[in-house]
Amino acid sequence: MEMVNITIDTRKLQVPAGITVLEAARIANIDIPTLCFLKDINEIGACRMCVVEVKGARSLQAACVYPVSEGLEIYTQSPAVREARKVTLELILSNHDKKCLTCVRSRNCELQKLAEELNIKDIRFEGEMGNFPVDDLSPSIVRDPNKCILCRRCVSMCKNVQSVAVIDTMERGFRTIVSSAFNKSLSEVPCVNCGQCITVCPVGALREKDDTDKVWKALDDPDMHVIVQTAPAVRVALGEEFGMPIGSRVTSNMVAALRRLGFNKVFDTDTAADLTIMEEGTELLNRIKNGGKLPLITSCSPGWIKFCEHNYPEFLDNLSTCKSPHEMFGAVLKSYYAEKNGIDPSKIFVVSIMPCTAKKFEAQRPEMSATGYPDVDVVLTTRELARMIREAGIDFKDLPERTFDDPMGEASGAGVIFGATGGVMEAALRTVAEILSGKSIDNVEYTQVRGVEGIKEATIELEGITLKAAVAHGLGNAKKLLDKIKAGEADYHFVEIMACPGGCVNGGGQPIQPSEVRSWIDLRQERAKAIYEEDKSLPIRKSHENPKVKALYDEFLGEPGSHKAHELLHTHYVKRENYPVE
Amino acid sequence: MSTNNCCCCGGVDEREQKLQEIIGKYKNTKGALIPVLHEAQDLYGYLPLEVQKKIAEGLEVPLAEVYGVVTFYTQFSLNPKGKYKIQVCMGTACYVKGAGAILDKLKEKLGLNVGECTDDGLFSLEACRCIGACGLAPVIMINDDVYGRLVPDDIEGIIEKYKKISE
Repeated sequence: MEMVNITIDTRKLQVPAGITVLEAARIANIDIPTLCFLKDINEIGACRMCVVEVKGARSLQAACVYPVSEGLEIYTQSPAVREARKVTLELILSNHDKKCLTCVRSRNCELQKLAEELNIKDIRFEGEMGNFPVDDLSPSIVRDPNKCILCRRCVSMCKNVQSVAVIDTMERGFRTIVSSAFNKSLSEVPCVNCGQCITVCPVGALREKDDTDKVWKALDDPDMHVIVQTAPAVRVALGEEFGMPIGSRVTSNMVAALRRLGFNKVFDTDTAADLTIMEEGTELLNRIKNGGKLPLITSCSPGWIKFCEHNYPEFLDNLSTCKSPHEMFGAVLKSYYAEKNGIDPSKIFVVSIMPCTAKKFEAQRPEMSATGYPDVDVVLTTRELARMIREAGIDFKDLPERTFDDPMGEASGAGVIFGATGGVMEAALRTVAEILSGKSIDNVEYTQVRGVEGIKEATIELEGITLKAAVAHGLGNAKKLLDKIKAGEADYHFVEIMACPGGCVNGGGQPIQPSEVRSWIDLRQERAKAIYEEDKSLPIRKSHENPKVKALYDEFLGEPGSHKAHELLHTHYVKRENYPVE
Repeated sequence: MSTNNCCCCGGVDEREQKLQEIIGKYKNTKGALIPVLHEAQDLYGYLPLEVQKKIAEGLEVPLAEVYGVVTFYTQFSLNPKGKYKIQVCMGTACYVKGAGAILDKLKEKLGLNVGECTDDGLFSLEACRCIGACGLAPVIMINDDVYGRLVPDDIEGIIEKYKKISE
């Protein structure tokens, strides 16, 4: 690697050629404040918070985009730099809606933190406030342009990473706003509700639709049997909300906290993930054997489903008809569980704790009410659960050891790995391989489909079948993969697609890490590590070996793909028009 | 609501065909969006949702980006233009020479705000940047005609003139 000699604040350093001043400063452990910068996603040098003095340059330069070169001399803390940063920040604050006390991002706001770090005590400018309307019509995402600082991270995420591209910067000058075409609400445009925009927003301009009130109300109703289920990705991220290291497994604390909140039953969505594998595995084998539509594409990710409905309707028949695990679970709770326990399904209230904002949209789809009642009543994100735990005054780090309730609390490792990209594929392979061979297979780890590479391909030899598989995560990658399939350049039997980069562990409902963390630490990998650890720790690692799922089929559903299973656990999809003209 | 200049009356198919030709002409060239928007606006008089949507689909550019460009440049309009498009120069020279009063008079006379079009589709009103006739400040343009060294009392006569022509 070619190295260059540079000086930062009189410290002499040797750094790789081609890196930015910001990265070089990081090597020297010198902190340069940033605001619009998000590594690999938004590197546009727009906000000017990271300005530094470069010897010989006419003006201050943005460290996030300025490349190092031989002999470069940089000053990161000169009076000119400090004053420029302060003025810039005060100007940003001058028309910011400073309702920090009641802002959802208070104490996790990059703007607030900068104001503190730069010792801003007084804002010299008073800007004209935009007074923009708040868009809260989407069931998943709320947009408040009054808090927007126009950093464009959300635009870049939506357009460049996800290829959804429903938000952009509109107008100019003081009237500039991040919005949708014709200022339509996110509920009227082909937004897929993935919530990745929320996770990159440095401030409170984007947030999930808060549904905690509905849950408090149900918990307070003595006639209601309130059941909570938690997705696999929640247990490896919830700890971050309480200051624990990224990748902490907090399954026990989470279950204990949910009990304290007063839920009647605390179940594990992973049990339903095992159920999903039984149904989807059967569907895959049937399609392969009977010449059905291939590739079969997974349907667990509601962001991906809506993306497909808007942009790739020609693939709707490729989608697995399986509902996503938490919806399957809801349907089972309001039928099998209700019957078994003699509870009127109208008195069962199902709450799903999900790493996902798109699941809020999914839960209110009319197809998702197999029993005549909504399969799932409310979806809360990991962040909303953390808020409820804090509101209840629970000391999250100091809770007794707890496990999920029976009968829907037992899950296999296959159900757990649903939370990471490649997990649904791997879980399905564990089961399909055994069904085909008719014997127990010891090696359950299909590492080819793991990891953060955007598109992963694998060819797996299973008893008499060479199964060609592909995994894509992040909708930009999904688009590339689908275009390849469409053009006839690739063909597969089985494709897994997750809307969010890294899969559910990095979902739009997960704890928000600031740029200074997520620019340098791969959240996807750290959280996925914990998922695979949990998988390894479990006695059962194959979905079809889950005794609770077996009992469910024996006592109620019959066999995978049965009429009853179809009624309760499967769904259909609709083509959605983009920007209909009235 | 103006009807003579919108998309819902005669010639729709012909215009749409022309729009597709414009898109086809620029497709696959870099920076195609702005020239296509220019020609589309010449064709339709403004850039409504249905036109922007066709451009977005044709050029494979997200509609949000198309709309972002349309709202960035004052030259592009989301509203129909009148048969007579009045542009009031608000450049520095015109502004200091009283363009504001000229604009106010036009607003009063036509009952319009900036960006709007009269119900009969005859006049639309816009404020624009310097049109390069500072020596004649304050200046307005009506289609391609330039009127300079104006005082508010000149406005009524000018408007009447165009009303007569179109009768």
